[in-house]
Amino acid sequence: MTLIDLANPSRFLSLTARLLPWLAAATATLVAIGLYQSAMAPDDYQQGATVKIMFIHVPSAWLSMFVWGVMSVAALGTLVWRHPLADVAAKAAAPIGAAFTFLALVTGSLWGRPMWGTYWEWDARLTSVLILFLMYLGLIAVWRAVEDPSRAARAAAILTLVGAINLPIIKFSVDWWNTLHQPASVMRMSGPSLDRAFLTPLLVMALAFSLLFLTLHLSAMRNEILRRRVRTLQMIQVTKSGRRPA
Amino acid sequence: MNAMSLGPYATYIVTSYVLVAVVVALLIAWIAIDYRRQQRRLRDLEAGGAIRRSGRSATDVK
Repeated sequence: MTLIDLANPSRFLSLTARLLPWLAAATATLVAIGLYQSAMAPDDYQQGATVKIMFIHVPSAWLSMFVWGVMSVAALGTLVWRHPLADVAAKAAAPIGAAFTFLALVTGSLWGRPMWGTYWEWDARLTSVLILFLMYLGLIAVWRAVEDPSRAARAAAILTLVGAINLPIIKFSVDWWNTLHQPASVMRMSGPSLDRAFLTPLLVMALAFSLLFLTLHLSAMRNEILRRRVRTLQMIQVTKSGRRPA
Repeated sequence: MNAMSLGPYATYIVTSYVLVAVVVALLIAWIAIDYRRQQRRLRDLEAGGAIRRSGRSATDVK
């Protein structure tokens, strides 16, 4: 099955119906393994047991940026290739991305309080992630404010591509400016600096969160396709009866 | 069981995990409720005589 085949919403729904149970089971299994490994991970010599917050904070933060990346590709799909499912994918991803960004911010604050002595600091990393969260909320507002889905899709796609400028700023903020936030310790040119005892549970949790996102995203896309069918049928009903919908 | 003793900052650690669990549970519930709502609306519309151009049921996702 190619990307072109998936342009057909009915084929996409059929594939999703077959995939979702397996994805949900794989997600639940990986989350269980990840949580067990996180619980059994040793304390860090500097941070003590608070290092366990890393196993949920870092995957949330990765996903907050990854989801915007997915939405940026979908935005290109809307504006350049006019793929029928591109704006469905973008719209479905936005609330999920907002939720993971919220989690990254709050778990980061809860980790920061015992380690830095403060819940919040207006430094480059924290502020750029807060801006990402606000951009997610802005996109959701655009989708809700513009009634015509195709017009909303184009406006949201442009906003998404403009907002993608924030992704490298978030990633490199810890290198470009002095921040309280620690520099990258996994995705580095010289390889991860984390000890294996922390790296393994972190990677398992990152994979679990990624699978969770894939499961939620496919489910939300399915819902969005059904919502558009509802809209189409309402139009048909209105045309038949010659009255406006409620 | 040394790994499970959370020390003086247990509140921060437990709150973080509980918060993630709550937000993920809310996301799952929202998506599941939305799916049922859309299916119900489609069934109601089809019962009211609205039919897709293909003639297939709009709730058919198999």
